[in-house]
Amino acid sequence: MTDSVARVPRLRPGFRFQWEPVQDCYVLLYPEGMVKLNGSAGAILNEVDGQRSVADIVATLEQQFPDAGSLEGDVNDFLRDACQQHWIEMS
Amino acid sequence: MTSPEAAKTVSNPNKAGPPLWLLAELTYRCPLQCPYCSNPLDFASTEQELTTEEWVGVLRQGRTMGAAQLGFSGGEPLVRQDLPELIAEARHLGYYSNLITSGLGLSEAKVNAFRDAGLDHIQVSFQASDPELNNAVAGSRKAFDQKLAMARAVKEAGYPMVLNFVIHRHNIHQMNDIMALCERLGADYVELATCQYYGWAFKNREGLMPSRAQLEKAEGEVQAYRQQLAASGSAMKLIFVTPDYYEERPKACMNGWGSLFLTVAPDGTALPCHSAKLLPIDFPNVRDMELNAIWYDSPGFNHYRGDSWMPEPCRSCDEKGKDFGGCRCQAYLLTGNADNADPVCSKSSHHDRILAARRAADHATAGIDELTYRNADNSRLFFRG
Repeated sequence: MTDSVARVPRLRPGFRFQWEPVQDCYVLLYPEGMVKLNGSAGAILNEVDGQRSVADIVATLEQQFPDAGSLEGDVNDFLRDACQQHWIEMS
Repeated sequence: MTSPEAAKTVSNPNKAGPPLWLLAELTYRCPLQCPYCSNPLDFASTEQELTTEEWVGVLRQGRTMGAAQLGFSGGEPLVRQDLPELIAEARHLGYYSNLITSGLGLSEAKVNAFRDAGLDHIQVSFQASDPELNNAVAGSRKAFDQKLAMARAVKEAGYPMVLNFVIHRHNIHQMNDIMALCERLGADYVELATCQYYGWAFKNREGLMPSRAQLEKAEGEVQAYRQQLAASGSAMKLIFVTPDYYEERPKACMNGWGSLFLTVAPDGTALPCHSAKLLPIDFPNVRDMELNAIWYDSPGFNHYRGDSWMPEPCRSCDEKGKDFGGCRCQAYLLTGNADNADPVCSKSSHHDRILAARRAADHATAGIDELTYRNADNSRLFFRG
């Protein structure tokens, strides 16, 4: 798998990403399972909509978190991991 | 100054977290008769099932408390005519909803209608990889063909596909065929769940439990198949649930009593797991009490929270925070006292019961036709005596 920033990530069919007020975090729900996401994972997946490319997502997050510096490495690392876990797919 | 949090009337003496998983056992009615069913032996004595309005109330209360995963189970949940309504309510509330079904009573039209109502996932159970054995175990002549057709319809409708096989001594030799069938059907997840001995399965344990040799062969086959899947880049995930009867330490049952899971039985009894009805504990009913008070404050749900209830050898064991002393139902079924350590643990003074079951599995000869099938006639024998 290449880390080309032109690729478009989307959630794997059957996966749902949502905010859970009682747990005070974003979660990823799938058949009979749930992953609680930490702050940065939640912020990245919140931008994954099946439309925008990795580059778009990096730009949006860098705008949201101007003090964080370059986020391309972090976003790529997380998306690669999420792909390996089969949470998301890249096209 | 009073926040909505502080205004809650519950005292929550054990500082329990929220129930993240709600299992709605909609009915005990089922067209199949699987002899490993985990439903209570006396299921036919269940009187009135909860109404649609009562189930909607349970779903709303559970979601407010934080439940995110919802299982519609049974019995066969498709028997309930109000299932589409409950699915729509679940979606509206924000649950991830799972339909756990035999596939009998399902149709392509229903598969699509449920999807449109917001159902997230359908899990279809099989009994074997071929029609003859499948139908013999299920006690139904047409089950296998219907299951195959419904598995294909589920896939076609775009759901994630989870196939479930309960594994026992009569089908464990089919492991390779089962995994190949699942791959052909395009399964995303395959649960190869070795039988756990509660309800009807406990009654039939001798006729169901695989020998250690059978189990080791199957484990090797699953491992080899996993490597094959990884090499081909397949995303199909094999989940092999190994039987605790061959372990030396007990399972962390339900991740701890009253810790994550809340089951509501067809008659509204609230339980910390779907087997707990067999325990001599008075569990509350959603018809009499709010779910919030049931979960945090009822004596039934607080009975085995924490570890102050533990006798030896659990009390002084340094693993008690890891496995919580194992399964209360198994302790009760095998020792007559649910406080005891789960006899799966080699430190238990009742571990000999597990060893005896393993020896019996090496010599068992009973055929499938000698098992006690799960049906209303047989169930009545258990509560009428």
